Amino acid sequence: MRSEPTGPSGRERVNSPEELATCSAVAEALPGIIDGLDVANLGLRRHVDACLRCQAELVQYRKLLRALHELRTEVLEPAPGLLPDILSSLGAAGERRAIRHLLTGRRAAYVGGIAAATAAGTAGAILLASRARHRSRNGDRRLRLAS
Amino acid sequence: MPNKVEGAVIPSDEVALVAAAKGGDLHAFEELVRASQAEVYTLAYRLTGNEEDARDVAQEAYLRAFRSLKRFRGDARFSTWMHRITANCALTFLAKRTKGRHEELSSDESLADERPESSPEMMAEAEFVRDRLTDALSELPPRLRAVVVLRDVYDLPHEAIAAELGISQEAAKVRLHRARRKLRERLFPMPGEENARAV
Repeated sequence: MRSEPTGPSGRERVNSPEELATCSAVAEALPGIIDGLDVANLGLRRHVDACLRCQAELVQYRKLLRALHELRTEVLEPAPGLLPDILSSLGAAGERRAIRHLLTGRRAAYVGGIAAATAAGTAGAILLASRARHRSRNGDRRLRLAS
Repeated sequence: MPNKVEGAVIPSDEVALVAAAKGGDLHAFEELVRASQAEVYTLAYRLTGNEEDARDVAQEAYLRAFRSLKRFRGDARFSTWMHRITANCALTFLAKRTKGRHEELSSDESLADERPESSPEMMAEAEFVRDRLTDALSELPPRLRAVVVLRDVYDLPHEAIAAELGISQEAAKVRLHRARRKLRERLFPMPGEENARAV
């Protein structure tokens, strides 16, 4: 397989019977196929096999990916003030939560008390009304008997 | 005795602390913060690109975790759960900060990676590359930085990244490609690219 440089960038183009991929097509595809995210087709692979520039670019992507993976093991030490800040904001949030719970509990007690008083008042009113009705019925009966 | 859930080994003391914190024990939660704060801060720094923003994001992430601790199912490490929350907080933070500002919108065995040799030259080069990479990451547009950090540094799956960012998986992949290309061009420019950048 023979390759010919095309232009000052040193990019090469593969001249093969199948007219395989170009350097620019490989450059577009490399960020995806470097970790197997995309699958390199046969044309791309044959081009990379024959093109020194694309091989070099592939090596650079490998280095980049390796360096990125290695960042995972590096843990930065935060400034000493961070932990106290976090703990104090958590403390404040915890207090707010406790106060909210307390207020919610009291509100429930108030609502419960009002509901109980309303129920008792209603029951009393019904009782009084029924007694009054009962009394008036008895009074009518007595009047009828006397007449 | 450590607990193993879905491939993640969770130390028993962490399980106990999470259980206590879920029950309202603030001191247990504080212990969890102490154990994970450096990792959370590191992720926040990688996503925001500066110390002050990273502090704000870390603080907000712990507050959010504290409020939603009851929803933590315990099927992963606490630190892994914190990573998701931190990423979410950082992205919200960056979205607010860049709102209204123009931002760039931006098989195989033959490609298998090879581990570096541990020669002093290789280690020196790795350190040099790491320093330049940190700079290059902080110069990336936040949208691209978030994807490449979550995928290539923290190894989050594409579905999770797309969900965190509220974009499709295809869009996440496009951003990842762009980010990798920009980083490669910045760290390892090919002949002709350096001149193109300088123009």
